[in-house]
Amino acid sequence: MNALAARRRHPAAIALLILLGLVVTGVAYATFAPKQADAATASASSVQDGKKLFLANCATCHGLQAQGTKAGPSLAGVGAAAVDFQMGTGRMPLAAPGVQAPQKRVQFSDDEIASVAAYIASLAPGPTVPDSDVSSGQGGNVAKGAELFRVNCAMCHNFAGSGGALTRGKYAPSLRDVEGKHIYEAMVTGPQSMPVFSDTNIAPESKNDIVAYLHSVDKQENVGGMALGNLGPVSEGLFVWVFGLGIMVAFAVWLGKKAA
Amino acid sequence: MSNDRNGSSDDPIDRLRREDPQPEAPANPGMKAVGGVAGWLDDRTGAAKPVGYLMKKVFPDHWSFMLGEVAMYSMIICLISGTFLTFWFVPSAGQVVYDGSYLPLRGVTVSEAYRSTVDISFDIRGGLLIRQIHHWAALMFIVALSVHMLRVFFTGAFRKPREINWVIGCILSMLALVEGFAGYSLPDDLLSGTGLRAAEGFMRSVPVLGSYMSYFLFDGAFPGEAIIPRLYSVHVLLLPAILVGLFVAHIGLVFIHKHTQYPGPGKTNDNVVGFPVMPVYAAKAGGFFFIVFGVLALIAALVTINPIWAYGPYDPSPVTAGSQPDWYMGFADGALRLLPGWLEFTAFGFTFSFNVMIGAILLIPVMYGLMAAYPFLERWVTGDDREHHLLDRPRNNPTRTGLGMAALTMYGVLMFAAGNDIMAIKLGLSINDITHILRAAFFVAPPIAFWVTKRICLSLQRRDRDLVLHGRETGRIVRTADGQFFEQHEPLDEYTRWLLVQHDKQEPLQLTAGVDEHGVASPTARKDKLRVALSEFYFKDRIDPVTPAELAAAHHDGHALEAIEEAPHEEASRPALESSHRKPRKRP
Repeated sequence: MNALAARRRHPAAIALLILLGLVVTGVAYATFAPKQADAATASASSVQDGKKLFLANCATCHGLQAQGTKAGPSLAGVGAAAVDFQMGTGRMPLAAPGVQAPQKRVQFSDDEIASVAAYIASLAPGPTVPDSDVSSGQGGNVAKGAELFRVNCAMCHNFAGSGGALTRGKYAPSLRDVEGKHIYEAMVTGPQSMPVFSDTNIAPESKNDIVAYLHSVDKQENVGGMALGNLGPVSEGLFVWVFGLGIMVAFAVWLGKKAA
Repeated sequence: MSNDRNGSSDDPIDRLRREDPQPEAPANPGMKAVGGVAGWLDDRTGAAKPVGYLMKKVFPDHWSFMLGEVAMYSMIICLISGTFLTFWFVPSAGQVVYDGSYLPLRGVTVSEAYRSTVDISFDIRGGLLIRQIHHWAALMFIVALSVHMLRVFFTGAFRKPREINWVIGCILSMLALVEGFAGYSLPDDLLSGTGLRAAEGFMRSVPVLGSYMSYFLFDGAFPGEAIIPRLYSVHVLLLPAILVGLFVAHIGLVFIHKHTQYPGPGKTNDNVVGFPVMPVYAAKAGGFFFIVFGVLALIAALVTINPIWAYGPYDPSPVTAGSQPDWYMGFADGALRLLPGWLEFTAFGFTFSFNVMIGAILLIPVMYGLMAAYPFLERWVTGDDREHHLLDRPRNNPTRTGLGMAALTMYGVLMFAAGNDIMAIKLGLSINDITHILRAAFFVAPPIAFWVTKRICLSLQRRDRDLVLHGRETGRIVRTADGQFFEQHEPLDEYTRWLLVQHDKQEPLQLTAGVDEHGVASPTARKDKLRVALSEFYFKDRIDPVTPAELAAAHHDGHALEAIEEAPHEEASRPALESSHRKPRKRP
């Protein structure tokens, strides 16, 4: 203990103490943090179960009949695809009102989502959850998909699907590692700021090509080295100023100090 | 160490060295052979004298003098790697179907320029590495030359006799931007095509002439097939030739003027203290070339730049989110993003797009014009017609340093504005808010930067003054016999002090009455008034360097210093150089 006391004024002591405090707090939080209570039991997807889940979790904003309120739009006619996308990517239910629903941890099981989807689909006809043969990207033409992506999607989502900014804090999210089903559903339902790409606009097979392209981007190794977030010249400029110039100046200082 | 300039033996420093033993030429057979070849060459070319002149040139040692070298080497690396790229690049907009080894593009119709660039990346051995070296070296070139320019500005190295070289540097810098833009427009990928589309729009924003200029450059409507071959000639022939020519003139003038140096003991306005080119700088600079090349090769091997295969071929309809030019064009792009839309209006049946033209067409010439004019402006304002070979410490010219920081801040605001969408998405902010804030910052931030910088400079000068007069606080408390306590101050040694007192005393110009003795108004009265006002702006707030008299007085009585108003006579108002030979009096 004496040795410890002797070192209590060591310059590293404060840093160590802070580190210790952070670790203890973190571990304590991870242990005692409230867990998600799984109240709803998984059951067969049925309109009745869906309605119950809807009333419990969605009706506050969307209205008791899903007719819509000031806080949320009417859900008549959005179809099962919209429910599957919004709930399946964790966007709904919203954690807080904001300019845009952010993607977050999924709150419901697949069965529960399917029940709510069945309930919403029973209200009015709308897009259905797509078959996996047009939404998985399997067998899609990557080159054609890339071309379609550049023409229809890249202006918001960036050439590599890294995402981009929209007006007033809205944004086109990153499309990295997104399930093919959800990409397809987004195209047919047009969530948030996104326009709808109907089947006459982009045929289901072409949508599959786009999914195939995005999945190929996910799997692609960066042949040129670190990709710097695939954000284009801004990150390259930042890199050359910080690291390029930094290294050059470090060498110049070293060389300038070297005796002849 | 050796001395250049005023090489005659009357130089006091040379006189000191006269008695030194001269090195004897080694008489080994190898040297004899070299001497024989050199003599043979000299008899036929007369090269001995100029080469000897160059090799004996003395250069001072400081890391900031090597920033220009980084730029020079990056340019050479661009030339070397660019030559490699020309072996395979096809400058043609002709349409072909891609069938190379990059699967996601197979079967897509692309231009020959794009196909050959993708082939260089994937099918030519080492091609991708060389492409990335070329692009990183281009970015590094402009980074290094910009920082070099800042060094020259903030140390006042542009003053007489170097104004012409400053102007040449400004032209070099501006042409480097154009050269870079031409280069990244060549591969005909989605991003470069978008850049060309933007350039076409810029040209069209010029009133009356715009559409003619665009049709002339693109040989018809955008995009056409002419622009890529034309840009290619500009990029590989015209601009490199001008750049290399101007660069040779730039370096040549450095040899003629001799290099500037930072103030320090033994370094005066009439000498250069450093090492000769042969052998020291030849080795140092030669080695540094390989360091720069190595660093760039390492970066190019590890970090992707301009992944044209991911951007895809150009097609006038799509545009990708995050379309930005390379960083050096960022400020112009940022200006476009900040300019308000109401600057576009219709009059006399024509549309005037000043929202585009101000940022895209006027900004670059105006900015470089101001930069090139600055040395002449400062000379006029200060009336300083002397030659300057000793650099200013930035703090010793607070107004210039402040102006530089203000300009830099303005540039920075524009450059950040070019990345407003990336900032919005990465920081979770609204792009509109960022744009509004940057619009305000464009006008508000530069004056703040000026004021803050000037205050910091003045404070640093005050600290220097204080240090010279009172020395370092040692922290040793002494109690005298009669019970008085004081802290012991340790006077600076004369080398340290020299750095702090060597600079000139600055004063604003005095206005002579605007009328002569007959009451006739001077024809230049108005101009003089402006000049005096500007001079007042430059030198109103100033901290004078410590004079020998002040120093002597401070050593007598450190506390009563404030009572000394003016140095008693001219001799003593010079910097404290002469007195530095005296041993500083020991404080109690």
